[in-house]
Amino acid sequence: MIFSLETLLQLCILLPIFATLFIVAFRRHPNLREAVSLATSLCVFYAVVTIYLGLDAGETIAVHWLQVLPGLSLSFSVEPLGMIFALIASFLWFVTIIYSIGYMRGHNEDHQTRFFCCFAIAIGSVMGVAFADNLFTLFIFYEVLTLSTYPLVTHAGTDAAKKGGRVYLGILLSTSVAFFLFAILGTWVIAGTLDFTQGGVFPVDANTTLLGIILVLFIFGIGKAAIMPFHRWLPAAMVAPTPVSALLHAVAVVKAGVFTVMKVGMFIFGLDLLIVLPTTQFLLYLAGASVLLASFVAMRQDNLKARLAYSTVSQLGYITIGVLLATSSGVIASSMNIAMHAFGKITLFFCAGAILVAAHKSNISEMRGLGRQMPFTMVAFFIGSLSIIGLPPTGGTWSKWYLLMATLETDQLIIMVILMLSSLLNIAYLMPIPFHAFFSISPAKNEHGVATAKVQIKEAPTASLIAIGIAALGCLVLFIYPNPLYELASAILEPQQSTHGN
Amino acid sequence: MLVHLPILQVIVPLIAAPACLILRRPKLVWLFALFASSLAFIISILLLQQVMTAGTISYELGGWSPPWGIEYRIDKLNAFIALIISGISTVVLLAAQTSIEKEIPKDKQPLFYILYLLSLSGMLGIVTTGDAFNVFVFLEISSLSAYSLIALGKDRRALWASFQYLIMGTIGATFILIGIGLMYQMTGTLNMADLAVRLPEVAETRTITTAYVFFIVGVCLKLALFPLHFWLPNAYAYAPSIVTAFFAATSTKVAAYLLIRFTFSIFGISFSFTTLPIETMFLVMGLLGIFIASTVAIYQDNIKHVFAYSSVAQVGYMIVGFSLSTPAGLTAMLLHMFNHALMKGALFMALVAIMYRVGSSKINDLQGLGRQMPLTVAAIVVGGLSLIGVPLTVGFVSKWYLVVAAIEKGWWWLAGLVLLGSLLAVIYVWRIVETAYFKAPILGQQPVKEAPMAILVPVWLLVSANVYFGIDTRFSVEIAASAAKSLFGVAQ
Repeated sequence: MIFSLETLLQLCILLPIFATLFIVAFRRHPNLREAVSLATSLCVFYAVVTIYLGLDAGETIAVHWLQVLPGLSLSFSVEPLGMIFALIASFLWFVTIIYSIGYMRGHNEDHQTRFFCCFAIAIGSVMGVAFADNLFTLFIFYEVLTLSTYPLVTHAGTDAAKKGGRVYLGILLSTSVAFFLFAILGTWVIAGTLDFTQGGVFPVDANTTLLGIILVLFIFGIGKAAIMPFHRWLPAAMVAPTPVSALLHAVAVVKAGVFTVMKVGMFIFGLDLLIVLPTTQFLLYLAGASVLLASFVAMRQDNLKARLAYSTVSQLGYITIGVLLATSSGVIASSMNIAMHAFGKITLFFCAGAILVAAHKSNISEMRGLGRQMPFTMVAFFIGSLSIIGLPPTGGTWSKWYLLMATLETDQLIIMVILMLSSLLNIAYLMPIPFHAFFSISPAKNEHGVATAKVQIKEAPTASLIAIGIAALGCLVLFIYPNPLYELASAILEPQQSTHGN
Repeated sequence: MLVHLPILQVIVPLIAAPACLILRRPKLVWLFALFASSLAFIISILLLQQVMTAGTISYELGGWSPPWGIEYRIDKLNAFIALIISGISTVVLLAAQTSIEKEIPKDKQPLFYILYLLSLSGMLGIVTTGDAFNVFVFLEISSLSAYSLIALGKDRRALWASFQYLIMGTIGATFILIGIGLMYQMTGTLNMADLAVRLPEVAETRTITTAYVFFIVGVCLKLALFPLHFWLPNAYAYAPSIVTAFFAATSTKVAAYLLIRFTFSIFGISFSFTTLPIETMFLVMGLLGIFIASTVAIYQDNIKHVFAYSSVAQVGYMIVGFSLSTPAGLTAMLLHMFNHALMKGALFMALVAIMYRVGSSKINDLQGLGRQMPLTVAAIVVGGLSLIGVPLTVGFVSKWYLVVAAIEKGWWWLAGLVLLGSLLAVIYVWRIVETAYFKAPILGQQPVKEAPMAILVPVWLLVSANVYFGIDTRFSVEIAASAAKSLFGVAQ
């Protein structure tokens, strides 16, 4: 091998950022510019897979960049949870770029250079979040992620986009500064370190009330995890072009949020401490409420992307619940759900974008009978929905399964009921869409009184279809072949060798 | 030669100022002023180096030994501040020639450089001297030249702003003089080190308390601590932009230095923080300053006003650090003085570029500027992020130290308030960013070009300093921490 694993780790973060230079340089040659994006994403994915193989072989991979303040350094290390996140994000980045090429051109979007640039920076920072070795490094990349996605949200430049961008930045930045940073500082003063450590960093005799408050600050402060009442930014972000909603607001950004919650829960507090904190139960109910309420709101949305956004809010609640249950199956469920939901939701968003490009429709009520015009898209939508609901033969089954087990293990019956109810609601707001698409008759066709003339098949651009196919296939493959994922997820709980870079 | 560095620090710009008259041609004068300022910068680097390795330097002016003669005394604290002042002054001067071309009539340009150098030497004098009366003298030198510099502004309101500043500044200086006079009356000495020795004997008297209060109020006027800040926004807004960039980055630092020097080195902690409730008073004033001035900044429609009010708020952060009365709090204050100089320097320099091309600093005139002047607007974005306190910028470093200092003292509520305060900065910074990037240019307005290199280079020098010292904090943190430690060590 040419590069050491350490180099590859740094390349994951730096390559996308360097790629922006080339993207800008080739701004007049769209094909070349997209080729740069594609090549970079392939390289990053290759690097992540190589790192995964190295991790599997038992190697410890850690990089230390520099010390910013005494005791606070920019350093990275690889552990299974970050590995899961990095694998998914880099793979889906590649898929999304294929999709975007079709979508952005099919939709004649402006400022495509800026779009691909910010996209690349966002992915670089996601990699930084995934491999961060301490809370400080994680926080930095968390903020870079917020700032780099802001121009993507306001991409259209319309008043609606600006307003959406304001909500987006306002909530994410203020929660992160007022609560998240506060919690980090509190942790720093109490524990004296911000390094992610198996079993937590707090001293045994620390005041649990204080730690409980810090936990609340963390959960609220990690706005990207979209726990109600700080979820508004996610629906607001839906003004962005669909590929952005698909990758960033179903995978990268929101997953960075729940990933951070998991990291904090496991490596700052530690599961043993999490159970005894006085506020954990409150937060569990809050996350439960978030799951249920968001599902209800989703049912009332007619705009497809808005419905999907609220569905995401609800699904993120699952992951937070998984961590807060503080058992091994809860953690496994959460980390698996990061992957499963990513594939399911990205499929759905891809489909929503395809419908917009091909049929120019964004409201659910207009999608009756669309299945005949866009059969491929609608079948993929059906598969994605199954995965979100958690039905076989899709990957979502497994994460829901483990989550229910975790609630049983910890006797959280109320939470269990909430989860069951939410699954029913999922069916209620997702299933009608493909159902009506195939079995209802398009009202538009009947207007003329013509007995439905032969409907032309008119799908989205090929590049987009390929991406949809890959994502939907991913949902199915994860059902049959969840083992590597499961192994990674359970490896999170095993005590690791010390991997800290400083 | 090296022995005489402390006095050269002041004398070089002081002599260079009248020498400008001989040169007359604006361009030559500019080069000469730049040379003098760079020389001062180099001197302060050398001084800082000496202080860090060999400890405090005492220089006897004219060979008269203190406390009879005037002593210049350089320790870590004032070497650090002198470095900030002369450094910023040099970088700002780089752009001066291009900028004043459009803002100051040609026949007044040499005058501008003379006043600029005088102001610089005044500030450096305040910082380096070890004599209380000398402080007053240099204060007047820097203030008088500052009033005239502000009055040079193109806008007629500059005259009024300058007059307002003149009145307030003179009251401040008089108060300072009264304070120093009372100290002299009680102790019979003006040497700072000597004062520190003799003051405790008479500390219980009402005269000394009065002296301290007069002095502090005078300094706070100069510092523009809320609610004594009324002169500042207009002075900053209507002065020539280059003057604003220089003052915004340096002049409040000088006042903050005086506050620290007299409180810690002369009156001593036990007097300042136990006899008088200045801790609480400063805490309240600082917090009010942060919240009220930031809120006012949100509603301004001139960017210079926005950043001027933001400066008042930033002074609030410094004072909050001061009011903690712990070494950690003082470190945070010193760090913020350094970092704020970089932030505001960068931001106001970017405004110099905008004034040069657009000729106005109204927020609405910024519409669509993101595409026309990408580098300048990008500089505002980075400077703004630094002001908010986003990680990897200097703003984050100051905020981190301030909040940690508050938590270490057990004041969790204060930590929360400080962080909340930075959210207000998000709002006023983002208003500017949004206007520049997302509003279409006003119809019928001539599109403008990117600013000339002569301005862009210093702008980006300061912007990169914002990022560099946000990542590599060894320099600033080490000096600030050791200066704070020695200030507390001396007093205990």
